[in-house]
Amino acid sequence: MAPENKIDKEKMVVVEGSYAVAHATKVCRPNVISAYPITPQTHIVEDLSQFMADGEIPNCEYINVESEFSALSALVGASAAGARCYSATTSQGLELMHEVLFNISGMRLPVVMTIANRAVSAPISIWNDHQDAISQRDTGWLQLYAENTQEISDMTAQAFKISEDKDILMPSMVCMDGFILSHVYEPIVLLEQDLTDEFLPAFEPEHVLDPKNPMSFGAFADPNYYTEFRYLQEQAMQKSLKKIEDVANEFYDVYGRYYGGLIDEYRTDDADIIIMAMGSIIGTIKDVIDKLRDRNVKVGLLKVRSFRPFPVEAIKGALKDAKVVVVLDKNISLGLNEGALFTETKSSLYNTKLDMPIIGYMVGHGGRDIKVDLIEKIVDDAKEVIKTGITIESQFTDLKEELL
Amino acid sequence: MKILPGGVCEAGTTRINKTGGWRTFKPVYDYEKCIKCKLCELLCPDSSINPRDDGFFEFDYDFCKGCGICANECPKDAIDMVLEEK
Ligand code: SF4
Ligand code: SF4
Repeated sequence: MAPENKIDKEKMVVVEGSYAVAHATKVCRPNVISAYPITPQTHIVEDLSQFMADGEIPNCEYINVESEFSALSALVGASAAGARCYSATTSQGLELMHEVLFNISGMRLPVVMTIANRAVSAPISIWNDHQDAISQRDTGWLQLYAENTQEISDMTAQAFKISEDKDILMPSMVCMDGFILSHVYEPIVLLEQDLTDEFLPAFEPEHVLDPKNPMSFGAFADPNYYTEFRYLQEQAMQKSLKKIEDVANEFYDVYGRYYGGLIDEYRTDDADIIIMAMGSIIGTIKDVIDKLRDRNVKVGLLKVRSFRPFPVEAIKGALKDAKVVVVLDKNISLGLNEGALFTETKSSLYNTKLDMPIIGYMVGHGGRDIKVDLIEKIVDDAKEVIKTGITIESQFTDLKEELL
Repeated sequence: MKILPGGVCEAGTTRINKTGGWRTFKPVYDYEKCIKCKLCELLCPDSSINPRDDGFFEFDYDFCKGCGICANECPKDAIDMVLEEK
């Protein structure tokens, strides 16, 4: 049973999502920050620069760089030298980091990076979907998705704790929907310094770059050795499944707030239809579910917090009694005509006794609003699937036919 | 080589990763032509050329990968690339 969320209304302040992230990063006491500004991540690094200028982040160096590639490259060295490292980016900036993303995870450096999710070019779009992060899913970074600004703030501290665990040592992307969360003002409780110090101890690296005690970081590995490095990386990812759950509970113990572990469920008991999604759309879906429940439609929500590692067992458990599963994806794997969450949910249920129809919708690309009517229409489709079976597995929806 | 927690290894792993098995051609010195200019030693990307006491050089065939840079750069054509006998 999920613990009850205790949000202290007295302590609430109205802040922008980006400020919530910057503030959370500040109280996590980073030693090195390196980031290049890019819309819609810019406000995060602006706020962090202001904190630096005001001397509010002690023992920290902010490295100005000329690109995202350099931002992350600087953190390779800093993290290997034992610093707690932070960056933030989005979209094309994240794609420019691609090569370094592999180096960071392969060298097992627990860097934490906020992704203000945005569509990728071309055509140029600065608005939100999940294509940027999803495109980097196989780089060996944990990927956590937040529903609202309170969660993105709290997830930032959780990510440091998960990544820096001695059994894990894998970097994390903390994903928030660009503009929808990064630029929205919401009442939240900011992370307190004293509680955060209690929750997140100083980073104690297992090994550091040290001329007196030389070691090889990111060594050359011929075919006799390479496979074992990959195996150990995957082992760490698998261990992080439990760690993410544990850290969510430890966070609750200290701060009294909980958003689910790997997944979260909303009104899924007795649900015939279960909708799955990630990120800020979760709030809208909850509203639709409340409305439809009033009309006795048995519909529930499975929110995916962790996309990497992919929580196969948790998802199987949550879906086992559903009559139909609906997956909403703000991304597409081009050439498969499916979104990533849809594909991976299907594959999770393969080779199990679970055999319910799963239908996928690609929605909200390039920042298009995902409206209440659209979700209601999708639930109507799901009701049809229960009656008549699947006609289409995965599809774009809400297309403007006149443009095609 | 042991992989330590966090995917780090002890120092000096290049001594373990022997690249000599990659060769098709191996370099061989003709000491008659060599003027001891050290260019080959300087330019070998694998540090597989070692100085000898007499001022000449020798190849460490455990690590020479047979790229031929030494032979190409030698001003006196004192290095032959010969087909490796398997
Ligand atoms: S062939 Fe290449 S690796 Fe071998 S000694 Fe010459 S330069 Fe070095
Ligand atoms: S480059 Fe040629 S001449 Fe110079 S030291 Fe090497 S073998 Fe001798």
